[in-house]
Amino acid sequence: MTGFLQRLGATTLGVTERIGRAHLFLLHVLAGFPGLLPRFGLVMKQIYASGVLSLLIIAVSGLFVGMVLALQGYNTLVDFGATESLGVVVSLSLVRELGPVVAALLFAGRAGSALTAEIGLMKATEQLSAMEMMAVNPLHRVVAPRLLGGIIAMPLLAAIFSAVGILGGHFVAVGLLGVDEGAFWSQMQAKVDLYEDIANGVIKSMVFGLVVTWIAVFEGYDAVPTSEGVSRATTRTVVHASLAVLGLDFVLTALMFGDE
Amino acid sequence: MMQSRSVQIWVGLFVIAGMAALLMLAMKVSNIRAFSGEEGYAITARFENIGGLKVRSPVTMAGVVVGRVSKIGFDKEIYEAVVTMSIDPRYDNLPEDTSASIFTAGLLGEQYIGLEAGGAETYLRDGDRIQLTQSAVILEQLIGQFLVSQADK
Amino acid sequence: MRIRGLRYARGEQVIFDGIDMDIPRGRLTAIMGPSGTGKTTLLRLIGGQLRPDAGSVEVAGQNVARLRSKALYRLRQRMGMLFQNGALLTDLSVFENVAFPLREHTRLPERMIRDLVLMKLHAVGLRGARDLMPAQLSGGMARRVALARAIALDPEMVLFDEPFTGQDPISLGVLVSLLRRLTDALGLTSVLVSHDVQESLSIADYVYVISEGQVVERGTPASLRQSTSPWVQQFLQGQSDGPVPFHYPAPDYRADLLAEGS
Ligand SMILES: Nc1ncnc2c1ncn2[C@@H]1O[C@H](COP(=O)(O)OP(=O)(O)O)[C@@H](O)[C@H]1O
Ligand SMILES: [Mg+2]
Repeated sequence: MTGFLQRLGATTLGVTERIGRAHLFLLHVLAGFPGLLPRFGLVMKQIYASGVLSLLIIAVSGLFVGMVLALQGYNTLVDFGATESLGVVVSLSLVRELGPVVAALLFAGRAGSALTAEIGLMKATEQLSAMEMMAVNPLHRVVAPRLLGGIIAMPLLAAIFSAVGILGGHFVAVGLLGVDEGAFWSQMQAKVDLYEDIANGVIKSMVFGLVVTWIAVFEGYDAVPTSEGVSRATTRTVVHASLAVLGLDFVLTALMFGDE
Repeated sequence: MMQSRSVQIWVGLFVIAGMAALLMLAMKVSNIRAFSGEEGYAITARFENIGGLKVRSPVTMAGVVVGRVSKIGFDKEIYEAVVTMSIDPRYDNLPEDTSASIFTAGLLGEQYIGLEAGGAETYLRDGDRIQLTQSAVILEQLIGQFLVSQADK
Repeated sequence: MRIRGLRYARGEQVIFDGIDMDIPRGRLTAIMGPSGTGKTTLLRLIGGQLRPDAGSVEVAGQNVARLRSKALYRLRQRMGMLFQNGALLTDLSVFENVAFPLREHTRLPERMIRDLVLMKLHAVGLRGARDLMPAQLSGGMARRVALARAIALDPEMVLFDEPFTGQDPISLGVLVSLLRRLTDALGLTSVLVSHDVQESLSIADYVYVISEGQVVERGTPASLRQSTSPWVQQFLQGQSDGPVPFHYPAPDYRADLLAEGS
């Protein structure tokens, strides 16, 4: 019994300590943001690494998710004779939930794991140490541009995911299932609100971008500097970032869409 | 730094694609031009029952959205709902004797306020009240009345 | 550079137990000792990446462990360090690696950076390798690039961690004389950490030999060769038998082999 209690206590303390360290780490990194302005090339590189390189998987997944949504929605709506609402169903699901969430999950798997591995290996091969000895703060030079790159890339990726998904849904609904084209768009426009739905979706994806990239760079920076340590850290990034996205999605949804 | 040029081009394309997607979401998916109810003038109306009317529900005239419900209150003196609507300032010539009814879009759809113009020469202005109103049709009441009238025969 | 009463432990393992050293300006000081004695650790203590448990490390009159990070970074700009495995930045080419400190700390025009980088690369014989990526270099080449990077900012002191390991005889000879010439020409304060006895002795002005957390011998190379300490003699001549055990502490060999696996 005391053994169990002791382990519980140790775990709790360990987790708390790690969360505290992650926050201090974030503060130090954020302090490096102003210094990035004159050197935006560094951030560009990271937008390329996490944004452009994730583009394909995001666009393809968005397309399929949109198509599936249209197909499933059609099967449900056709019973109520309300198939012209298909555009609303597809677009609201994408813009409010699936766009930000699925894009963030894919981002965690594609870009987040790569970030952790990269920074972890830089630590293991003493590149971060070498920078420190060259009087260059790796938190500012290495981590800050990656965090900012992720924060910029994520909302764009989520928007592309939603837009491609709606086009995919449009293709299935109008092209394959024969839903009226005009009704598809006009119903959508009548029901989807720029502030309530679109802007909130964008805010969600910005938060996800920050959290996923933050977890990824922290795990890399905090990794045990061995090949095993880096591989563990990479796995942790994907698991923790995915859980954080889903948990935060619930909280944000409750905050944004709850008061109606 | 040969590769940095192509990196920049790619990032440029990526940002353009992202912006285009956002623009599409704003213009084509939602309706940015639609009246959002923020800068209109306010008129109020009292209803015995507003059914499922909500804040931000549309206010239409001849089927065109001219405003949105901005506030729903309750007058505890006379036990009626007080609905404040925000009307698009482009439509500043609603006659004073305009009437307001609460309709349902389709059988089970959401509820909205339909305005019907009267014949008065003077127009409603900010803060005015619509006198003629008709409450929401409550489906359960309707069914109840129907059953009662059937029983009476 | 002055080190006084330095004590440092990693968990249970005491790596330094009261070390005193003086490293004079403009000289080449070698610190030798068997691997695992903490030579790399000592350099990290000097560079302020680790904090001593007791005692002090003073560099240019400043106690490194007491410095706030701004001052520490200023001090490090005057200090170059060559890491044991090079620690080149793997996403940058050889040229960009050497240019890295220049780009980070100066506002020099591109032309001048180019000239400086090529000069440093020429000094280590790798001007032709400027466009290679670190992954394409052999270990010895990587260390030479790292050396070029360590001296890119023309520092006042340079810490060399095992610069000779993994070099072929030709580049070894060049490197040995390069260290000496750099020290003399630029008035560098050099700290050379190595277990390559002959090379170190041939160029050092002064030598410290450390073992088991203590300075066991100190002096000029000549006086060291004369040393009567059996320990030093064993180390200098690379004999396996002597006061220094070749084996990591372990139970008796016979008993270990005969013991039931558990
Ligand atoms: N990160 C570390 N964690 C735990 N022990 C370490 C670590 N780095 C070095 N050590 C220990 O510190 C001692 C000194 O290491 P080091 O300074 O690298 O030796 P040297 O450079 O003289 O070969 C070694 O015994 C090693 O086991
Ligand atoms: Mg070492």
